[in-house]
Amino acid sequence: MRNRPDYLAHAILILGVCLFALPVWLVFAGSTQDSDAIMRGELSLVPHFSNLSVYTRVLTTSSMGSQPVWHMLLISLGMALAIAVGKIVISILSAYAVVFFRFPFRHVAFWLIFVTLMLPVEVRIIPTYTVMADFGLINSFTGLWVPLIASATATLLFRQVFTAIPDELVEAARIDGAGPLRFLRDIVLPVSGANIAALFVILFVYGWNQYLWPLLVATDQGLDTIVIGIVKMIGQETQTDWSAVMATTVLALLPPVLVVVLMQRWFVAGLTEGEK
Amino acid sequence: MATLELQGVAKSFGATQVLREIDLSLNDQEMLVIVGASGCGKSTLLRLVAGLETPTRGRITIGGRDVTALDPSERDVAMVFQNYALYPHMSVFDNMAYGLRIRGMSRGEITRKVEEAAQLLGLHPLLARKPRQLSGGQRQRVAMGRAIVRDPKLFLFDEPLSNLDAKLRVQMRAEIRKLQRRLGVTSLYVTHDQVEAMTLGDRLLILHEGAAAQLATPMQVFEHPADTYVAGFVGSPTMNFLPARLVRDGTAAQLEAGPLIPLQGHRPGDAVTLGIRPEHLTCGGGELTLTVDLIEPLGSETLVHGRVVGGDDEAIVVKVPGAVAPTETIAVSVQVGHVHIFDHATGKRIDPIA
Repeated sequence: MRNRPDYLAHAILILGVCLFALPVWLVFAGSTQDSDAIMRGELSLVPHFSNLSVYTRVLTTSSMGSQPVWHMLLISLGMALAIAVGKIVISILSAYAVVFFRFPFRHVAFWLIFVTLMLPVEVRIIPTYTVMADFGLINSFTGLWVPLIASATATLLFRQVFTAIPDELVEAARIDGAGPLRFLRDIVLPVSGANIAALFVILFVYGWNQYLWPLLVATDQGLDTIVIGIVKMIGQETQTDWSAVMATTVLALLPPVLVVVLMQRWFVAGLTEGEK
Repeated sequence: MATLELQGVAKSFGATQVLREIDLSLNDQEMLVIVGASGCGKSTLLRLVAGLETPTRGRITIGGRDVTALDPSERDVAMVFQNYALYPHMSVFDNMAYGLRIRGMSRGEITRKVEEAAQLLGLHPLLARKPRQLSGGQRQRVAMGRAIVRDPKLFLFDEPLSNLDAKLRVQMRAEIRKLQRRLGVTSLYVTHDQVEAMTLGDRLLILHEGAAAQLATPMQVFEHPADTYVAGFVGSPTMNFLPARLVRDGTAAQLEAGPLIPLQGHRPGDAVTLGIRPEHLTCGGGELTLTVDLIEPLGSETLVHGRVVGGDDEAIVVKVPGAVAPTETIAVSVQVGHVHIFDHATGKRIDPIA
């Protein structure tokens, strides 16, 4: 309608981009600078590209008895993937049961799932720890992700998606002779593909950013996630190798960013597309 | 290819009785149309036959096999849904092949069957497309194709044409009829459209509030409607109803407005409802005088809306061939032999005593 560019809108957008991008840029610039300079508050906005070797250094060598960054990245990746996939599998199955099957106490079951929304990890962290301890899963990789894979939010989301599948489609499949599992695999999953992808992105980032639970359940350094690793690297103010901390932070940012960028198309489709 | 038999089939949802004791028997290769206003239970009846609902009472037999307790997939029926219910993520080919794949048919056999059905329905160029890339009529054809490839004992149609525009509906109606004749598959067809019912059915079942009002051929239903509901439902414009009283030993009917209408034969009864179709009233020199409310020219014929002079304001529609000049009042005569007499209290048809 209007050909004249809207300067005000663009100014606001650019300001927003700066607000988000500046801290990230500062971390990247800081990672290539001398730790002492950073300590003195002489952080330059211009990165010293000659010092990019700090990345290979933190990736491959361990400092202060901790694991090298590649190992922590691997643990984080494994945990985030396990949480995202686990949450999706469990919530698809429970939403499928709630939507497509008539069983006694169906509504009770649904409300129980709903109520757990009010119990985030932090609230139930002590009992969860006890249960994990009883199972002997403290200081194990399994212990890192198993308690985090139940998700009321994802179940509710899939319930909405499945409810939107027209009854006729269910009936057509029944007449075609598809059993429950076949219907789930052939019709329900493909039809909700975009939603699954969108949820995967959100849950991967959620899993990647977990801090409190891994801190509590895994004291073994071999199980340190990248988030834990960064915190551990920040020791006494004067002894902290700030450029290494910042390089690690940049590296920790990359996998979630990659997931978001690569899955952006499905992510947007899954959150906006109403048509079934 | 099979027969279908329903014995005392009834269905209630909680306290609401949707279907009351339906008895029905379809011959091999017959097409029966179930017709009625919305909420009369016609879709429920179809879903009971499909196995998507379980009857509260009664027995359903397909081809001599009791299927009352069987799952839809074990009944060997195929259904065409109102909004087609195509699998949105599958191509046209896969939509048609899905049921065959589940039955474990070989790949070659599936391709042969699907291509055969596609040929029959003119879907060949569309086999690779997704449902959303098709028009309404094409989707309808795919839904039919999905039913055909299965070679079922029974076709079930649930208002398959009501989402199409008027022109396409007429075209698809003829196609469905030709196809059903050609394949010779026993079919049950549900619709609320009386024209569809009349043109498609070998026989009609008119449902009214969950009970069968009449089960007969289209012409029988038109010429001998069993009650005032059926009489008013079938035919367009709707039949005119006038309260009357049988006089002269039941050989004539006296309208409340005064005029006397002669009848053929003599009937028992007293207070009755007179039913006359608009096309069975003739303009000029007759028993009835109407004050004209509205004249609607339709081209080949004209509809005159009026009221009986001296009557209780009963609206009357007369269908006249050709054009009608504007006028205040009009005299019409009733064609003897085309008057239907119904009991005033029960609405049931009263036939002359032989």
